[in-house]
Amino acid sequence: MLVLADGRFPAGGHAHSGGAEAAVAAGRIRDADSLEAFCRGRLHTAGLTAAGLAAAAAAGLDPLVLDDAADARTPSPALRATARRLGRQLMRAARATWPSSELDALAAARPRGAHQPVVLGLTARAAALGPPDAAYAAGYEAVSGPATAAVRLLSLDPFDATAVLARLAPELDQVAARAADAARRALDEGPGALPAASAPLLDIAAEHHATWSVRLFAS
Amino acid sequence: MHLDHADNTYPPRHTYGAPRPYRPDGTRRALRIGLGGPVGSGKTATVAALCRVLRDQLSLAVVTNDIYTREDAEFLLRNAVLPPERITAVETGACPHTAIRDDISANLEAVEELEETVGPLDLILVESGGDNLTATFSKGLVDAQVFVIDVAGGDDIPRKGGPGVTTADLLVVNKTDLAPYVGSDLARMARDARAQRGELPVAFTSLVAEDGVRPITDWVRTCLAAWTAAPV
Repeated sequence: MLVLADGRFPAGGHAHSGGAEAAVAAGRIRDADSLEAFCRGRLHTAGLTAAGLAAAAAAGLDPLVLDDAADARTPSPALRATARRLGRQLMRAARATWPSSELDALAAARPRGAHQPVVLGLTARAAALGPPDAAYAAGYEAVSGPATAAVRLLSLDPFDATAVLARLAPELDQVAARAADAARRALDEGPGALPAASAPLLDIAAEHHATWSVRLFAS
Repeated sequence: MHLDHADNTYPPRHTYGAPRPYRPDGTRRALRIGLGGPVGSGKTATVAALCRVLRDQLSLAVVTNDIYTREDAEFLLRNAVLPPERITAVETGACPHTAIRDDISANLEAVEELEETVGPLDLILVESGGDNLTATFSKGLVDAQVFVIDVAGGDDIPRKGGPGVTTADLLVVNKTDLAPYVGSDLARMARDARAQRGELPVAFTSLVAEDGVRPITDWVRTCLAAWTAAPV
């Protein structure tokens, strides 16, 4: 669990800001407080959705069905492309770290990459972790990426950015619990039971960001 | 069915790691050479010069790691040193050394995708974003690495050492034509480099001179000969 959630896990995340670069440019992230607001919003929308998908994959739902469900929950083509690229990079690291026939099968079925949260959940499963662990990893990633990026983009005090993450911990607990609960229900009811919270501003900003010619982060 | 994964056949690809020197079909894959070094030392110019000399004899491709733009890739495209489908830019999220050393996944994707789309290739050059003296490539990404410094950056750099200067398979000291103007002592640089590197080779280059990249192309050819001669 710690290895999987470690920001240094070599799965390509360091080159992505989780929308923080666009938000910084638009003036929506300026300091630690606005970073916290951004991360809170992302945690309860994109983070919750990703956590649900990851928990469901860890619980054993068909990853191809979940991959379709992830597409349905990702209206922005730029973010779909990002999710698949990161999914493929995570797949590479995951298969080297926790070899598994289920990971091999998903890699074969989605050679261009499956959505990252689905790969993350299946990776957790390969590492013998449960749905709550997968949900935690996905939820934490949803906020740790933007926090790290904000430090680089704004020269924000790294202690302040880390404190933001610590303050979000109780909410991360709630998001992970909701996601794991939804994953349990999805085993009977199908992927419709999974959270589908969306963040239109993140989607719109991601589309803009993809057109920039000068940027530090890939997304 | 989705447009972005309409092809459900599993293209054979390296699943992870680069140390395996074979393509999935068992043939020897392209030799991968990394070029790193400080900002402005002439990495992109070196890549361009290498491409001009080698492109008629070898099947070549280039991966650039720009720090915050696509300028290096665009420089190569503008100068038409290779067709655009043979040049890929990787974005590094403000951390060029991470992308070539600690988390090489995006670069591995780029390298393998080039082999799939324009391959089979003989040689892939992976150019790092300009960085500092500690930048080195992971052995999981490249087979050999070149560290490019220049005389204008100060003739004490070889003495200072650092992983790039000390361990690179080839150290290039570029812009030797500028040495008289910036007061750099080439003999001292050569002496210091030898002290830091022992028997590892050092090439002094001036890319503005006729065939100025020759010492590097010779070294690349030697590497390629060893690579193709190695038992599969």
